[in-house]
Formats: sequence, structure tokens, C-alpha cells
Amino acid sequence: MKYLRRRLAHGIMLLIGASVLCFLFTDLAPGSFFDEIKLNPQISPETVAALRAHYGLDQPTPVRYVRWVESVFRGEWGYSFAYNSPVRSLLMVRARNTLLLTGVATLLVWMIAVPLGIWIADHPGGWSDRLGMGSTAVLLSVPELVLALGFLCLAVRTHALPVGGMVSVGFDQFGQWSKLRDLLTHLIIPVLTLILAGLPVLLRHVRSSMAEVMKAPFIDAARAHGVSNARLLFRYALPAAANPLISLFGFSVGGLLSGSLLVEVVTGWPGLGPLLLEATMSRDLYVVVGVAMSSTVFMILGNLLADAMLVAVDPRVRMQ
Amino acid sequence: MAKLKTMTGKKKIWAAATFLVLLHAVIVFAGFVAPSNPVSQNRDLPFAPPTYPHFIDSQGHFHLRPFIYPWVSRPQSLYDYEESRDREYPIHFLVKGPEYKVAGLFSAHTHLFGVAAPAQIFLAGSDNYGRDQFSRILYGGRISLAAGLLATLISLSLGLLLGTISGFYGRWIDESLMRTAELFLVLPWLYLLLAVRAFLPLHISPLQTFFLLVAVIGSVGWARPARLVRGVVLSAKTRKYAVASRGFGASNAYILRRHVLPHTYGVLLTQAALLVPQYVIAEVTLSFLGLGLSEPLPSWGNLLANLQQYNVLVSFWWMFAPALALVVFSLGYLAVADAFLKRLQSTTV
Repeated sequence: MKYLRRRLAHGIMLLIGASVLCFLFTDLAPGSFFDEIKLNPQISPETVAALRAHYGLDQPTPVRYVRWVESVFRGEWGYSFAYNSPVRSLLMVRARNTLLLTGVATLLVWMIAVPLGIWIADHPGGWSDRLGMGSTAVLLSVPELVLALGFLCLAVRTHALPVGGMVSVGFDQFGQWSKLRDLLTHLIIPVLTLILAGLPVLLRHVRSSMAEVMKAPFIDAARAHGVSNARLLFRYALPAAANPLISLFGFSVGGLLSGSLLVEVVTGWPGLGPLLLEATMSRDLYVVVGVAMSSTVFMILGNLLADAMLVAVDPRVRMQ
Repeated sequence: MAKLKTMTGKKKIWAAATFLVLLHAVIVFAGFVAPSNPVSQNRDLPFAPPTYPHFIDSQGHFHLRPFIYPWVSRPQSLYDYEESRDREYPIHFLVKGPEYKVAGLFSAHTHLFGVAAPAQIFLAGSDNYGRDQFSRILYGGRISLAAGLLATLISLSLGLLLGTISGFYGRWIDESLMRTAELFLVLPWLYLLLAVRAFLPLHISPLQTFFLLVAVIGSVGWARPARLVRGVVLSAKTRKYAVASRGFGASNAYILRRHVLPHTYGVLLTQAALLVPQYVIAEVTLSFLGLGLSEPLPSWGNLLANLQQYNVLVSFWWMFAPALALVVFSLGYLAVADAFLKRLQSTTV
């Protein structure tokens, strides 16, 4: 318990540090959102100055930081200049879309990688091992960007799948089932990209940690006692190999808000990715900070989750 | 048995390394390998498909030397080409062609392969200005690879410096450096790149952009190598010979140089092989998003950025060729990294 409390305190410290770092980065950026307006001759410099003062951009960075923290506790998370609304409501919608995408993809990756990895580890040196390692080596060197572009190209050429966005035009008029189907068909391309990008890493980890345990003497002993292969794999080997996988699972959960940013931009999924890019380009300061901080919160929560699970599962960790 | 295993491991490293060296040689001697100038335009041949080498001509005669038929656009059509079969253009090796510079100093005219003057060979098709994409990929590779290598150098130098300080001196320096490293690891990678890129002005000269981009990519990734180096330094400085030499009155600098730093080379090499493809991809990603290098300087990123246009993505499959180059490179580097990692594990255990 003490260990977990320490991890939690550590996580909070990390969060505070990350927010300061974010603010420093945005502060170093030349220009601001209102530079574009300044170029417009119809808007007087006084108006621009008034706007800047209204949003508090004329204040020094520490003051802005304190104001931002206050607004976080008020539940606004800062204010978007471009959307003219509090950042939180803006982020919530986008984060929901991102979570839908990454949630499905992460779930599928784990559901595929764990059984497949165990099966490959059970046949070391066999054809499945060689095929698995070969194909993951190739997949590892294909960047997400290229995967996403390839799938987009295929989808457009075959007309099999809709491209871009999350729903078709006229989604609101659809019935319950066609709504679901429409959403699912839009999910396929980004989800497939994320699966193919995430699978090789996870599969290799499952395989290597399982293969390591399978070499241990206690496995031989259990086998000599006549324990069945399935029981051996899942009841004896898997718990012993679980620790690195639990850490990885925490990492997967942590990446739920940040793992798909690029894929979203390329496939046009209306999640946090396009929002972050757009906000960075237009210097919509608090949106950038908001996206980065919400991703960071998830990352820290994922790590905490892994720590908690390790404490729950492994008595050795509890002893420390 | 153990000996046999290390032998095959060594062989694997050699095979992968030779492959990589060959790839780099092709990129370094881009001027020689590329048949055309990467920026010379053919306005009448936009988006021409790859030229096919033939062995049998239109009369059915067999030629031992492969030849090409140049593309001509079909009348009253856009982006629609047919082979003009009036004349064969045999492919010759070591031919005179457009001028290029070797190592930025000597000018040369000899190219690895090419065809006689009016015709042009497009191994990977042409782009929207009719520029030879194969040549652009080779020249773009110079920029993308240079970016990846330089950024890796920055990351590893920072990582080595900060990791060594952290591991060797310990205490509050270690504490504060490692907490900062955690910050860099916990913030999403794309955000870091965007954020750091954002504080660079958008409109600067291509050369400045290149160096700023390299600095950004390199400095964002210091945390992981620093942590790894710190771990190695921590274990190396408590080895008995290090402690003994301290007992004999050796200075910190001597112990570092003689007993600690040599242990970090394995980690650094492995990290380098992992980071280079990652950073090349970072450059590609930023340039693809329009935040990196811009035309007319070719880089793999802005070559791929052509695919952002819907009609290019759908109609001209050869515009995916830069992606293939990228994949082949990553494959080479990852194979080397894999082999290094295996050796590292077998030596430390």
C-alpha cells in the first residue's frame, strides 16, 4: 500500500512537471494566435491588444500558468481562441472519438497477440516461430504513416470501405443498426493500421517472455509429472511470464489517448490528433496544452494501473 | 554449441551490415546512380508511370540488351500515356548524362545507367512536374538519412553525457536528471515534436529548416539512451577493478575513460541502430505534415506528401515508391539492431 501511495505521489509530481514543461514550450513559440488578425488592416492594433489582454496573453508566463491551473480546477481547462469555447468541452468530444478508436484497436491487439505469442512460444524453432518472427520483422519496419496510406489507397480503389471521417453524411437519419454498421465500417481502416503497427511489438514480447519461462527447470519438472500441455502453458508458464506483460498492458492503456494521433491525422478520424495539429499550426495555445496534458494523464494512469496490478499479482513486488 | 551460436550471430551482423553499407553507398553516390537531375522538370510528362525495360521489340525481334520505349501522352488526355514504339532506346551502363557533383566538389557526367538523350528512363515513374522519381528518392534519401544520422548523433551524445553524469555522480544530480528524463518519456512523442517544432519560425531557408529539424528530433529523444547509459554506468562503476583503481588513487576522469565508458559502447551501438530509422521516420512524418522540409528540396517526407492529394493517392501507385525505400532502410537497420541486441544479451548474461 505504501508502495502504491509513493507511486501515486510520484505520478502527481510528474504531472505537475509535465504541465510546466508544456507551458514552457508554448511560451517559447514565436508569435501567437492573434498574429494572423494583426495582418488584417481592418482590425486596429488597439483591438488586437484588447483581445490579447482579454485572454490574458499580455501577462507573464507564471501568471498565465497560475490562471490556467485555476481554470483547470474550475473545469474549463483554459480557453480556445479558435473555437471560442472552453477547452474541456472541445476535448471531451474528440477524446471520446479517440478512445473509441484506440480502445477497439488495443483490445484486438491484445486478444490476438497473447494467444498467438503463447502458441509460437510453445513451438520454438518451428514454422510458426519463423513465420511469426519474419513477418513481425517486416511489419516493424513499415511505419504507421505508410500503413495508413496503403489502406486508404486500397479502400478507395476497391470502393469497399468509406474513407475519412467517422460517420457518413446523413448519419443522424440512419436507423439503430445502420448507424452501428456505418461507424464500424469507418473504424476498419484506422483500427487495422493501429493493429498492424502495435501487434509486432507485443507479439515479440509475449513470445520472448513465455519462451524464457518455458526454459525454466520447473516447467520440465511439471511436464515430468504429467501436467497437460494446455495446463502447463496457461496455469504454470503464463503467470510466471506475466510481469513484463502487465507493464506493457499499463503502457497500452497509457497510450490510449496518444497512440493514434498520427493515424487519426492521416485517415481523417475526428479525434485528438487532427485537433492537436490544427491547434499547433494556429498557435491555439490552451488546446495544445490540453491535448498534451490529457495524453500525459492517461500515460501516468496507465503506469499506475500496471503498478497496482503488479502488486496484486506478484507477492515479490508486495514484499519490497 | 555456444561457439556455433555466436558464429551465426556474427555472420548475421555482417550480412545486415553489408546490406546497410550498400544502401548507404547508393544514397551517397546518388549523383552517379541516379539517371537524371532530381530537379529538372519535364512539363509534358507529369505523373508518367515507370518505364518498362523490354527485350522484345515491336517487330518481335529479341534484343540481348534491354531497351525502353519512351512515354508519350495520348492526344487530348491528361496523365494518360502510351509507349512510342518508333524507336528503341537501349539501356547503357556508365553513360554520359546530366552534370552532378561528387562530394560537392568535382563535377562529373558519368551515370551508372541511362538511355540516349531525348528519351528518359523513369524507374519509379515521374511526379507532377515530370521529375524522375527514382532520382528524387535517391537524392531525398541523402537528406532524410543525414537528418536521421545527425539527430541520432545528437540524441546519443546528449544521452551519453547526461546518462554518465547521472550514473557516475549520483545523488541529487541523478535524481533531477532522471525525473526530467521521465517527463520527456511520459509526454507523447508526436506532441513533443510538434511543440518543439512550433517554437521555430515557419518561414526560414531550407538549410536552416534542416538543421533546426535535426536539432528538434535529436534533442527530444535523449531520455531513453540516457537512462540506458545510466544503468550501465551504475553497474560498471561498482565493478571490482573500478573500485580497485580508485583505491590506487585513479582520478574520476581515468576511471570513466578506462573502466566505465567502454561498457556503454554496446548499448550506444544498439540504440543507434534503433534510433536512425525512427528518426528518419520522424523527419518523414514532420515533412509529410508540412512542418518539415519543403520543396524543391527532395526528402522522403515531402515526396510522400504528394499522396495527401486524393487523386495522386488513388491513381498513381508509383508515388508509393518513397515508402518502399523507407521500409527497406528500416528493415536493414532493425536487422542490425536485432543482431547487436542478441550479442549484447549473450555477453552480459
